[in-house]
Amino acid sequence: MAMLEVRDLEVYYGMIQAIKGVSFEVNEGEVISLIGANGAGKTTILHTITGLLAPKKGSILFEGKDITKVPAHRIVGLGMAHVPEGRRVFAQMSVYQNLKLGAYTRTDKDEIEDTLSRVYKRFPRLEERRNQMAGTLSGGEQQMLAMGRALMSHPRIILMDEPSMGLSPILVNEIFEIIRSVSAGGTTVLLVEQNAKKALSIADRAYVLETGRIVTSGDAKELLNDDSIKKAYLGE
Amino acid sequence: MSFLSYLINGLSLGSVYAIIALGYTMVYGIAKMLNFAHGDVIMVGGYAALTMMLATGTNPLIAVVVAIVVCTVLGVVIERIAYRPLREAASPLAVLITAIGVSYFLQNIVLLIFGSSPKNFQSVVLLPDLKLAGGALIITGEAIVTIISCIVIMIVLTAFINKTKAGQAMLAVSEDKGAARLMGINVDRTIALTFAIGSGLAALAGVLLCSAYPSLSPYTGSMPGIKAFVAAVFGGIGSIPGAMVGGILLGIIEILGKAYISSQLADAIVFAVLIVVLLVKPTGLFGKKIQEKV
Repeated sequence: MAMLEVRDLEVYYGMIQAIKGVSFEVNEGEVISLIGANGAGKTTILHTITGLLAPKKGSILFEGKDITKVPAHRIVGLGMAHVPEGRRVFAQMSVYQNLKLGAYTRTDKDEIEDTLSRVYKRFPRLEERRNQMAGTLSGGEQQMLAMGRALMSHPRIILMDEPSMGLSPILVNEIFEIIRSVSAGGTTVLLVEQNAKKALSIADRAYVLETGRIVTSGDAKELLNDDSIKKAYLGE
Repeated sequence: MSFLSYLINGLSLGSVYAIIALGYTMVYGIAKMLNFAHGDVIMVGGYAALTMMLATGTNPLIAVVVAIVVCTVLGVVIERIAYRPLREAASPLAVLITAIGVSYFLQNIVLLIFGSSPKNFQSVVLLPDLKLAGGALIITGEAIVTIISCIVIMIVLTAFINKTKAGQAMLAVSEDKGAARLMGINVDRTIALTFAIGSGLAALAGVLLCSAYPSLSPYTGSMPGIKAFVAAVFGGIGSIPGAMVGGILLGIIEILGKAYISSQLADAIVFAVLIVVLLVKPTGLFGKKIQEKV
């Protein structure tokens, strides 16, 4: 059984259909990438999975449980964290306060401290700046904070939306290295990226999205060598 | 000596404005709406306390507690029935106009039940007046209680927001509702809690105001409500310290203006000060510049 299963999803913005019947699945331990151009519907799919948007049709199953109608604020407690596009850290709160909010639904105080020290270990810069307002961090640091905040909920699956957006090439490499290590730590990853080359290089499988539909899917290494994918998404 | 006494009166009136302004500013900060019915909740609090004292002859302290409970419930009910359905409305004007409607609704309900003639309010403060400098400077018990209440509320509220989970959730919701949801925060419940706190504080402000100026009518809340709104804007709407400082400054300006310039012009002076502040610093004294990060 797949850990996360999306079936025949259809999402509308008013009269406009953004997602036109999308199905895919994510198995435990995998890194799955959704790639596609701007406006293909990648972010819409993630927002629908975590309940920020409601689908018109279709269903979403997480660990066998139908979460299609579960409100957004209940999702994280089920073990699914979402690192939103544009990071969306709480700019006027400190790094520490942001991280504590990541553990908002948890009640196990000692274990939260334990998770916090592990997040600080993974992102030493966040520890150095723990009392700084999140809005004063650089783009890369904000991305790390958004990821650290998601990890604070101790998720079994983490949804990441364009983590490399707006970052310098060195930072992009650093962020992808972190995603790899999050995955190695046992967390399943669903990664949405415009940077298809990078995304495919760390993913196990990938789905290619075009204007609200999945047009291709398969093993990430094979897609990386696929001529039509190369032409359309890898700029080769 | 008279200047000192004016100053203390101003501080006391300003403390009432500050307590009311806190409700305005918190609701604005978190729900991004101006609750123009907030002033009328003050008046309902006054009537609730007075009714308790007259009808049952209860201890004034119990009357205050009842007023706070009544207004807390009222605030939550107003939010649930009148404002929540409009939260996703296309125009922010919809909820603003609804708030004005709620304001008239509360005034007219009270008018229907209690009539239009002003009621003589009985002070809830049992503390005797403090006579200093051989009787030249008198500080009323009401002034002492009002100023102390304001200080205590400020300290407790700041601690609540910075130290508790619910307070942190409020800050998160005020910044980004969507991201707050992803953290597992129930945004509807957080907004309801904000209304509860703001309305409870309004009840307390109403009782303190009526104790110092003992006349209560269905329109008692409108002017202090508007003044507190001015105080909140003055201090920087959305900012809690701003509401406190704005409220206290406004009270002092009003009383000193009444004493030394003209009692008819006092309100005009208050609004003139607001205009000057907004010209010099459009975000108010403590207002933060809104930064858009791309």
